[in-house]
Amino acid sequence: MATQVTLKILRYDPEKDKKAHFETYEVEADPLDRILDVLNTVKWYKDGSLTYRRSCAHGVCGSDAMRINGRNRLACKVLVRDVGGDTGKKIQIEPMLGFKILRDLVVDMDPFFEKYKSIKPYLINYEDAPASSERLQSAEDREIFDETTKCILCGACSGSCPPYWSNQDFIGPAAIVNAHRFIFDSRDQGSDERLAILGQGEGVFRCRTVYNCTDACPRDIPVTKAIEQIRRAMLYNR
Amino acid sequence: MYRGQSGMWLWILHRLTGVGILGFLFLHIADTYLVGFGAEYFNELLFLYKNPPFRVLEWFLVGAVLFHGFNGIRVIVMDFWDKAVDNHKLLVQITIIAFFVVWLPSGYFMLKPVFFH
Ligand code: SF4
Ligand code: FES
Repeated sequence: MATQVTLKILRYDPEKDKKAHFETYEVEADPLDRILDVLNTVKWYKDGSLTYRRSCAHGVCGSDAMRINGRNRLACKVLVRDVGGDTGKKIQIEPMLGFKILRDLVVDMDPFFEKYKSIKPYLINYEDAPASSERLQSAEDREIFDETTKCILCGACSGSCPPYWSNQDFIGPAAIVNAHRFIFDSRDQGSDERLAILGQGEGVFRCRTVYNCTDACPRDIPVTKAIEQIRRAMLYNR
Repeated sequence: MYRGQSGMWLWILHRLTGVGILGFLFLHIADTYLVGFGAEYFNELLFLYKNPPFRVLEWFLVGAVLFHGFNGIRVIVMDFWDKAVDNHKLLVQITIIAFFVVWLPSGYFMLKPVFFH
């Protein structure tokens, strides 16, 4: 059953606006619609200039992380009723913190991906693959880093992290999660290189265990735990 | 504004109490320094510590130290024990309860002599 939903969206057009400002929209929506659907309704029928990223619309690509009622979420994974939009509550939508706003809800992800690349997010193995051309791994060994394989690089964790907001150079939880995915992979030989990068001043020890990242992650990755495991690996490996 | 986790508020409080304790430390260094000029000067200043509003502030100082301590233990436990990270919410609750269990009675003992003598 369709109801009236009020959206308060932070708008910013670099060509016109000096500062970002809120604009309010009233649209019809179903309680079971996703926030992404509601944004589409605004863009398609009310104001075509509204800008946001989205691609898969099914929580897989990680393009549409944004602040929904003050918390980083994927717009395609939050329903109107999840945030009380069907009971007359205003839904507030803003771009993520800790990133430069390019326009409306679109933020500059370049520094984020630079940090991601800096931890060498690929398998490093200096030996030739066995003749079978497969590097085998036991189920137990695979399990160790299972959670961190699920990252979709949406940035919700890094954008929820106070040290990340205040320190441009902090590598951030997302890069650490992806380092974890390889550091604890028994087939990988690049752990030392990655630990050396993450052991620097702007690495894992910037984390203050605030826990916002774990709450924000749309893939339910225990981000804080992954960071702690890397710290301990450094501590005990010496 | 970000509507953070309980962990974020505890982290902010941890900072604030840390700075508060540091501030008191400076005050304390300043007042003990006065002893160097003679006992009278120092005793003169002690009225400060004896008057009721300051006593209440001292109680808050004890609160700051207790909070900083308990929360510090929570953070350390999280650093060394995976299970603690998994049970973050429970750990936060324990920290808050432990804090009040110690802080409130301390108020009774600290403020009783000031207000009911
Ligand atoms: S760890 Fe989670 S929140 Fe962070 S980038 Fe990956 S999927 Fe997004
Ligand atoms: S649009 Fe792909 S994750 Fe939401």
